[in-house]
Amino acid sequence: MNLNTQAIDVSKFIKKYQYPILQDWMQNLKAQSVRADPAGDEQLREHCNQFLDSLAEALRSGKANDITSESWDEVRNLLTEISQARAKYGYTPNETALFIFSLKQSLFTRMLTEFAQDAATLVSIMWMLSTLLDGLGLFTIEVFQKSRDQIILRQQQELLELSTPVVKLWKNILALPLIGTLDSDRTQIVMESLLQKIVDTGAEIAIIDITGVPTVDTLVAQHLLKTIAAARLMGADCIISGIRPQIAQTIVHLGVNLEDVITKATLADAFVVALERTGSSITNRPLA
Amino acid sequence: MDRIPILSMGNLLLVIIQFDMHDRLALALQDDLTEQIVKEQAKGVLIDISALDVVDSFIGRVINNTASMARLLAAETVVVGMQPAVAITLVELGLALTGVKTALNVEKGMALLGKSSGR
Repeated sequence: MNLNTQAIDVSKFIKKYQYPILQDWMQNLKAQSVRADPAGDEQLREHCNQFLDSLAEALRSGKANDITSESWDEVRNLLTEISQARAKYGYTPNETALFIFSLKQSLFTRMLTEFAQDAATLVSIMWMLSTLLDGLGLFTIEVFQKSRDQIILRQQQELLELSTPVVKLWKNILALPLIGTLDSDRTQIVMESLLQKIVDTGAEIAIIDITGVPTVDTLVAQHLLKTIAAARLMGADCIISGIRPQIAQTIVHLGVNLEDVITKATLADAFVVALERTGSSITNRPLA
Repeated sequence: MDRIPILSMGNLLLVIIQFDMHDRLALALQDDLTEQIVKEQAKGVLIDISALDVVDSFIGRVINNTASMARLLAAETVVVGMQPAVAITLVELGLALTGVKTALNVEKGMALLGKSSGR
Protein backbone atom coordinates (compact mmCIF):
# COMPACT_ATOMS: atom_id res chain seq x y z
CA MET A 1 0.00 0.00 0.00
CA ASN A 2 1.58 3.28 -1.00
CA LEU A 3 1.48 6.59 0.76
CA ASN A 4 -1.22 8.12 -1.43
CA THR A 5 -3.85 5.46 -0.89
CA GLN A 6 -3.03 5.51 2.83
CA ALA A 7 -3.67 9.24 2.93
CA ILE A 8 -7.00 8.70 1.22
CA ASP A 9 -7.85 5.99 3.74
CA VAL A 10 -7.08 8.32 6.60
CA SER A 11 -9.21 10.99 4.98
CA LYS A 12 -12.15 8.59 4.88
CA PHE A 13 -11.44 7.54 8.43
CA ILE A 14 -11.52 11.16 9.66
CA LYS A 15 -14.74 11.85 7.82
CA LYS A 16 -16.34 8.74 9.29
CA TYR A 17 -15.43 9.49 12.91
CA GLN A 18 -15.33 13.28 12.69
CA TYR A 19 -17.80 13.85 15.52
CA PRO A 20 -16.28 11.53 18.17
CA ILE A 21 -12.75 12.71 17.26
CA LEU A 22 -13.88 16.29 17.64
CA GLN A 23 -15.39 15.55 21.06
CA ASP A 24 -12.21 13.84 22.25
CA TRP A 25 -10.04 16.60 20.87
CA MET A 26 -12.06 19.32 22.54
CA GLN A 27 -11.78 17.49 25.85
CA ASN A 28 -8.04 17.11 25.47
CA LEU A 29 -7.66 20.75 24.58
CA LYS A 30 -9.66 21.86 27.58
CA ALA A 31 -7.82 19.51 29.92
CA GLN A 32 -4.39 20.69 28.77
CA SER A 33 -4.81 24.40 28.25
CA VAL A 34 -4.26 26.66 31.21
CA ARG A 35 -6.96 29.16 30.35
CA ALA A 36 -10.23 29.18 28.51
CA ASP A 37 -10.28 30.29 24.91
CA PRO A 38 -10.99 34.02 24.98
CA ALA A 39 -13.26 33.72 21.99
CA GLY A 40 -15.31 31.06 23.84
CA ASP A 41 -15.89 27.32 23.46
CA GLU A 42 -18.15 27.77 20.48
CA GLN A 43 -15.40 29.46 18.50
CA LEU A 44 -12.89 26.80 19.50
CA ARG A 45 -15.29 24.05 18.46
CA GLU A 46 -15.87 25.82 15.16
CA HIS A 47 -12.10 26.08 14.55
CA CYS A 48 -11.52 22.43 15.41
CA ASN A 49 -14.32 21.28 13.16
CA GLN A 50 -13.09 23.42 10.28
CA PHE A 51 -9.60 22.06 10.78
CA LEU A 52 -10.79 18.42 10.65
CA ASP A 53 -12.81 19.24 7.53
CA SER A 54 -9.93 20.80 5.72
CA LEU A 55 -7.47 18.16 6.95
CA ALA A 56 -9.67 15.39 5.53
CA GLU A 57 -10.05 17.36 2.32
CA ALA A 58 -6.29 17.90 1.97
CA LEU A 59 -5.54 14.24 2.70
CA ARG A 60 -7.98 13.20 0.01
CA SER A 61 -5.62 14.74 -2.54
CA GLY A 62 -3.11 12.09 -1.43
CA LYS A 63 -0.16 14.40 -0.84
CA ALA A 64 0.44 13.78 2.83
CA ASN A 65 4.18 14.42 2.77
CA ASP A 66 4.20 17.97 1.45
CA ILE A 67 2.20 20.48 3.48
CA THR A 68 3.52 23.38 1.41
CA SER A 69 1.68 22.12 -1.68
CA GLU A 70 -1.43 23.73 -3.07
CA SER A 71 -3.90 21.18 -1.72
CA TRP A 72 -2.90 22.21 1.82
CA ASP A 73 -3.63 25.89 1.23
CA GLU A 74 -6.88 25.81 3.14
CA VAL A 75 -5.35 24.03 6.14
CA ARG A 76 -2.49 26.51 6.26
CA ASN A 77 -4.81 29.50 5.97
CA LEU A 78 -6.94 28.23 8.82
CA LEU A 79 -3.90 27.58 11.02
CA THR A 80 -2.50 31.02 10.18
CA GLU A 81 -5.75 32.61 11.25
CA ILE A 82 -5.87 30.67 14.52
CA SER A 83 -2.20 31.29 15.38
CA GLN A 84 -2.45 34.99 14.64
CA ALA A 85 -5.52 35.31 16.85
CA ARG A 86 -3.66 33.50 19.63
CA ALA A 87 -0.58 35.68 19.26
CA LYS A 88 -2.81 38.74 19.60
CA TYR A 89 -4.43 37.40 22.79
CA GLY A 90 -1.00 36.78 24.33
CA TYR A 91 -0.95 32.98 24.28
CA THR A 92 2.36 31.22 24.86
CA PRO A 93 3.91 29.31 21.91
CA ASN A 94 3.30 26.15 23.95
CA GLU A 95 -0.44 26.73 24.14
CA THR A 96 -0.57 27.55 20.46
CA ALA A 97 1.20 24.37 19.44
CA LEU A 98 -1.02 22.29 21.76
CA PHE A 99 -3.92 23.00 19.44
CA ILE A 100 -2.41 20.66 16.86
CA PHE A 101 -0.54 18.25 19.10
CA SER A 102 -3.54 17.41 21.25
CA LEU A 103 -5.31 16.11 18.15
CA LYS A 104 -2.79 13.25 17.97
CA GLN A 105 -4.08 11.48 21.03
CA SER A 106 -7.71 11.45 20.00
CA LEU A 107 -6.88 10.39 16.46
CA PHE A 108 -4.52 7.63 17.52
CA THR A 109 -6.78 6.05 20.16
CA ARG A 110 -9.55 5.80 17.61
CA MET A 111 -7.21 4.35 15.00
CA LEU A 112 -6.11 1.62 17.38
CA THR A 113 -9.61 0.18 17.31
CA GLU A 114 -10.25 0.90 13.62
CA PHE A 115 -7.10 -0.71 12.23
CA ALA A 116 -6.59 -3.26 15.01
CA GLN A 117 -6.47 -6.24 12.68
CA ASP A 118 -3.59 -4.93 10.52
CA ALA A 119 -0.61 -3.92 12.60
CA ALA A 120 1.66 -3.03 9.67
CA THR A 121 -0.86 -0.56 8.18
CA LEU A 122 -1.54 0.90 11.59
CA VAL A 123 2.10 1.63 12.21
CA SER A 124 2.73 3.17 8.80
CA ILE A 125 -0.44 5.31 8.96
CA MET A 126 0.43 6.45 12.45
CA TRP A 127 3.92 7.37 11.33
CA MET A 128 2.56 9.35 8.39
CA LEU A 129 0.02 11.20 10.53
CA SER A 130 2.55 11.88 13.23
CA THR A 131 5.01 13.50 10.83
CA LEU A 132 2.18 15.40 9.23
CA LEU A 133 0.83 16.79 12.50
CA ASP A 134 4.34 17.64 13.69
CA GLY A 135 4.84 19.60 10.50
CA LEU A 136 1.57 21.44 10.99
CA GLY A 137 2.44 22.10 14.63
CA LEU A 138 5.75 23.64 13.67
CA PHE A 139 3.94 25.69 11.07
CA THR A 140 1.61 27.14 13.73
CA ILE A 141 4.60 28.08 15.86
CA GLU A 142 6.27 29.76 12.93
CA VAL A 143 3.17 31.80 12.13
CA PHE A 144 2.72 32.57 15.82
CA GLN A 145 6.31 33.80 16.05
CA LYS A 146 5.89 35.94 12.94
CA SER A 147 2.75 37.59 14.25
CA ARG A 148 4.44 38.27 17.59
CA ASP A 149 7.37 39.87 15.76
CA GLN A 150 4.97 42.06 13.85
CA ILE A 151 3.26 43.14 17.05
CA ILE A 152 6.61 44.03 18.62
CA LEU A 153 7.67 45.96 15.52
CA ARG A 154 4.44 47.94 15.50
CA GLN A 155 4.81 48.76 19.17
CA GLN A 156 8.35 49.95 18.59
CA GLN A 157 7.15 52.30 15.91
CA GLU A 158 4.35 53.60 18.07
CA LEU A 159 6.82 54.18 20.88
CA LEU A 160 9.06 56.12 18.51
CA GLU A 161 6.22 58.35 17.44
CA LEU A 162 5.02 58.86 21.00
CA SER A 163 8.36 59.74 22.46
CA THR A 164 9.38 62.63 20.24
CA PRO A 165 7.02 65.55 20.74
CA VAL A 166 8.02 69.04 19.69
CA VAL A 167 6.33 71.69 21.80
CA LYS A 168 5.95 75.36 21.16
CA LEU A 169 6.99 77.22 24.32
CA TRP A 170 6.63 80.78 23.21
CA LYS A 171 6.44 82.82 20.06
CA ASN A 172 9.39 81.62 17.93
CA ILE A 173 10.63 79.25 20.64
CA LEU A 174 10.32 75.46 20.40
CA ALA A 175 11.22 72.83 22.95
CA LEU A 176 12.16 69.23 22.24
CA PRO A 177 12.16 67.12 25.40
CA LEU A 178 14.09 63.97 24.58
CA ILE A 179 13.36 60.86 26.62
CA GLY A 180 15.21 57.58 26.23
CA THR A 181 18.30 56.61 24.31
CA LEU A 182 19.05 58.34 21.03
CA ASP A 183 19.83 55.88 18.26
CA SER A 184 20.03 56.55 14.53
CA ASP A 185 16.37 55.75 13.87
CA ARG A 186 15.16 58.02 16.62
CA THR A 187 17.51 60.82 15.60
CA GLN A 188 16.02 60.65 12.15
CA ILE A 189 12.47 61.00 13.49
CA VAL A 190 13.47 63.68 15.99
CA MET A 191 15.18 65.64 13.22
CA GLU A 192 12.24 65.35 10.85
CA SER A 193 9.64 66.39 13.38
CA LEU A 194 11.79 69.27 14.67
CA LEU A 195 12.51 70.63 11.18
CA GLN A 196 8.88 70.30 10.14
CA LYS A 197 7.81 72.16 13.27
CA ILE A 198 10.35 74.90 12.55
CA VAL A 199 8.77 75.35 9.12
CA ASP A 200 5.25 75.28 10.56
CA THR A 201 5.83 77.77 13.35
CA GLY A 202 8.65 79.86 11.92
CA ALA A 203 10.59 79.34 15.13
CA GLU A 204 14.05 80.88 15.53
CA ILE A 205 15.21 78.95 18.57
CA ALA A 206 14.81 75.33 19.55
CA ILE A 207 15.65 74.07 23.03
CA ILE A 208 16.70 70.43 23.09
CA ASP A 209 16.20 69.12 26.61
CA ILE A 210 18.15 65.95 27.36
CA THR A 211 17.07 65.49 30.98
CA GLY A 212 15.44 62.21 29.97
CA VAL A 213 18.41 60.85 28.06
CA PRO A 214 20.06 58.30 30.37
CA THR A 215 23.58 58.38 28.92
CA VAL A 216 25.41 60.53 26.43
CA ASP A 217 28.16 58.73 24.58
CA THR A 218 30.02 59.85 21.48
CA LEU A 219 27.33 58.43 19.20
CA VAL A 220 24.49 60.20 20.99
CA ALA A 221 26.50 63.42 20.99
CA GLN A 222 27.10 63.07 17.28
CA HIS A 223 23.38 62.57 16.69
CA LEU A 224 22.65 65.68 18.75
CA LEU A 225 25.17 67.69 16.76
CA LYS A 226 23.63 66.47 13.51
CA THR A 227 20.19 67.60 14.64
CA ILE A 228 21.59 70.97 15.63
CA ALA A 229 23.38 71.36 12.28
CA ALA A 230 20.19 70.52 10.38
CA ALA A 231 18.16 73.01 12.42
CA ARG A 232 20.80 75.67 11.78
CA LEU A 233 20.53 75.06 8.04
CA MET A 234 16.85 75.88 8.41
CA GLY A 235 17.78 79.13 10.14
CA ALA A 236 17.04 78.09 13.71
CA ASP A 237 19.53 78.10 16.59
CA CYS A 238 19.56 75.31 19.13
CA ILE A 239 20.19 75.31 22.86
CA ILE A 240 20.90 72.09 24.73
CA SER A 241 19.50 71.99 28.25
CA GLY A 242 19.07 69.46 31.01
CA ILE A 243 22.69 68.35 31.19
CA ARG A 244 23.15 66.48 34.45
CA PRO A 245 26.48 66.70 36.32
CA GLN A 246 27.47 63.12 35.44
CA ILE A 247 26.66 63.74 31.80
CA ALA A 248 28.77 66.91 31.79
CA GLN A 249 31.62 64.80 33.16
CA THR A 250 31.17 62.07 30.54
CA ILE A 251 31.04 64.59 27.71
CA VAL A 252 34.32 66.17 28.77
CA HIS A 253 36.00 62.80 29.42
CA LEU A 254 34.95 61.56 26.00
CA GLY A 255 36.37 64.70 24.44
CA VAL A 256 33.10 65.54 22.68
CA ASN A 257 33.20 69.08 21.38
CA LEU A 258 30.01 70.94 22.27
CA GLU A 259 31.70 74.33 22.39
CA ASP A 260 29.88 75.75 19.38
CA VAL A 261 26.55 74.96 20.97
CA ILE A 262 24.85 76.94 23.71
CA THR A 263 24.35 74.62 26.67
CA LYS A 264 22.43 75.22 29.89
CA ALA A 265 21.87 73.14 32.99
CA THR A 266 18.10 73.48 33.11
CA LEU A 267 15.27 74.09 30.69
CA ALA A 268 14.39 77.27 32.61
CA ASP A 269 17.86 78.76 32.03
CA ALA A 270 17.69 77.87 28.36
CA PHE A 271 14.23 79.45 28.12
CA VAL A 272 15.52 82.73 29.54
CA VAL A 273 18.31 82.80 26.96
CA ALA A 274 15.85 82.02 24.21
CA LEU A 275 13.52 84.81 25.34
CA GLU A 276 16.39 87.29 25.35
CA ARG A 277 17.39 86.22 21.85
CA THR A 278 13.88 86.68 20.51
CA GLY A 279 13.47 90.03 22.22
CA SER A 280 11.08 89.06 25.00
CA SER A 281 11.70 89.09 28.73
CA ILE A 282 10.07 87.97 31.92
CA THR A 283 9.77 90.36 34.85
CA ASN A 284 8.47 89.85 38.35
CA ARG A 285 5.66 92.18 39.23
CA PRO A 286 4.70 92.85 42.84
CA LEU A 287 1.61 90.95 43.91
CA ALA A 288 -1.38 93.16 44.50
CA MET B 1 21.71 77.87 -21.63
CA ASP B 2 19.29 78.88 -18.91
CA ARG B 3 20.52 81.30 -16.32
CA ILE B 4 19.29 81.95 -12.85
CA PRO B 5 18.31 85.63 -12.54
CA ILE B 6 20.12 87.79 -10.01
CA LEU B 7 18.08 90.74 -8.79
CA SER B 8 19.70 93.82 -7.35
CA MET B 9 17.98 95.63 -4.46
CA GLY B 10 19.92 98.55 -3.10
CA ASN B 11 23.21 97.07 -2.03
CA LEU B 12 21.76 93.59 -1.78
CA LEU B 13 21.62 90.85 -4.38
CA LEU B 14 18.64 88.53 -4.48
CA VAL B 15 18.86 85.06 -6.04
CA ILE B 16 15.72 82.95 -6.18
CA ILE B 17 16.27 79.43 -7.44
CA GLN B 18 12.97 78.24 -8.82
CA PHE B 19 13.77 74.73 -10.02
CA ASP B 20 16.18 71.91 -9.30
CA MET B 21 19.63 72.97 -10.44
CA HIS B 22 21.93 70.82 -12.48
CA ASP B 23 25.67 71.07 -12.00
CA ARG B 24 26.49 73.46 -14.86
CA LEU B 25 23.70 75.82 -13.91
CA ALA B 26 25.09 75.94 -10.37
CA LEU B 27 28.56 76.78 -11.64
CA ALA B 28 27.15 79.44 -13.97
CA LEU B 29 25.33 80.95 -11.01
CA GLN B 30 28.61 81.02 -9.09
CA ASP B 31 30.29 82.93 -11.94
CA ASP B 32 27.42 85.37 -12.42
CA LEU B 33 27.03 86.03 -8.74
CA THR B 34 30.68 86.84 -8.07
CA GLU B 35 30.72 89.19 -11.03
CA GLN B 36 27.53 90.91 -9.94
CA ILE B 37 28.84 91.38 -6.40
CA VAL B 38 31.84 93.26 -7.73
CA LYS B 39 29.82 95.20 -10.29
CA GLU B 40 27.09 96.30 -7.89
CA GLN B 41 29.41 96.58 -4.90
CA ALA B 42 26.89 94.46 -3.04
CA LYS B 43 27.09 94.19 0.74
CA GLY B 44 24.82 91.18 1.05
CA VAL B 45 23.55 88.20 -0.95
CA LEU B 46 20.33 86.35 -0.26
CA ILE B 47 19.83 82.96 -1.89
CA ASP B 48 16.35 81.47 -1.69
CA ILE B 49 16.41 77.70 -2.19
CA SER B 50 12.88 76.95 -1.02
CA ALA B 51 11.99 75.42 -4.39
CA LEU B 52 14.96 73.07 -4.27
CA ASP B 53 13.79 69.55 -3.43
CA VAL B 54 16.97 67.70 -4.26
CA VAL B 55 20.47 68.69 -3.22
CA ASP B 56 23.50 66.51 -3.80
CA SER B 57 26.99 66.91 -2.41
CA PHE B 58 28.08 68.93 -5.44
CA ILE B 59 25.32 71.53 -5.19
CA GLY B 60 25.91 71.65 -1.44
CA ARG B 61 29.55 72.39 -2.01
CA VAL B 62 28.80 75.01 -4.66
CA ILE B 63 26.52 76.82 -2.20
CA ASN B 64 29.22 76.67 0.44
CA ASN B 65 31.92 77.87 -1.97
CA THR B 66 29.73 80.68 -3.30
CA ALA B 67 29.25 81.92 0.26
CA SER B 68 33.01 81.81 0.88
CA MET B 69 33.68 83.70 -2.36
CA ALA B 70 31.09 86.32 -1.48
CA ARG B 71 32.73 86.79 1.89
CA LEU B 72 36.07 87.36 0.18
CA LEU B 73 34.35 90.06 -1.84
CA ALA B 74 33.05 91.59 1.40
CA ALA B 75 29.43 90.49 0.94
CA GLU B 76 27.46 88.54 3.54
CA THR B 77 25.54 85.52 2.27
CA VAL B 78 22.29 84.22 3.73
CA VAL B 79 20.73 81.01 2.48
CA VAL B 80 16.99 80.93 3.15
CA GLY B 81 14.06 78.56 2.85
CA MET B 82 15.86 75.24 2.97
CA GLN B 83 13.46 72.27 2.95
CA PRO B 84 13.69 69.94 5.98
CA ALA B 85 14.57 66.97 3.76
CA VAL B 86 17.36 68.98 2.12
CA ALA B 87 18.74 70.03 5.52
CA ILE B 88 18.81 66.41 6.68
CA THR B 89 20.51 65.30 3.46
CA LEU B 90 23.21 67.94 3.73
CA VAL B 91 23.94 67.05 7.35
CA GLU B 92 24.12 63.35 6.48
CA LEU B 93 26.51 64.23 3.66
CA GLY B 94 28.66 66.02 6.21
CA LEU B 95 28.05 69.44 4.65
CA ALA B 96 26.84 71.55 7.54
CA LEU B 97 27.55 74.81 5.61
CA THR B 98 29.21 76.21 8.71
CA GLY B 99 30.41 79.36 6.96
CA VAL B 100 26.97 80.31 5.70
CA LYS B 101 24.25 82.21 7.52
CA THR B 102 20.82 80.69 7.26
CA ALA B 103 17.25 81.83 7.84
CA LEU B 104 13.84 80.24 7.58
CA ASN B 105 12.36 82.53 4.92
CA VAL B 106 13.14 85.59 2.81
CA GLU B 107 11.69 87.99 5.38
CA LYS B 108 13.90 86.67 8.18
CA GLY B 109 16.88 86.50 5.84
CA MET B 110 16.42 90.16 4.94
CA ALA B 111 16.20 91.07 8.63
CA LEU B 112 19.43 89.17 9.25
CA LEU B 113 21.24 90.94 6.40
CA GLY B 114 19.88 94.29 7.57
CA LYS B 115 21.10 93.65 11.11
CA SER B 116 24.61 92.63 10.09
CA SER B 117 25.10 95.51 7.67
CA GLY B 118 24.03 97.87 10.46
CA ARG B 119 21.05 99.44 8.77
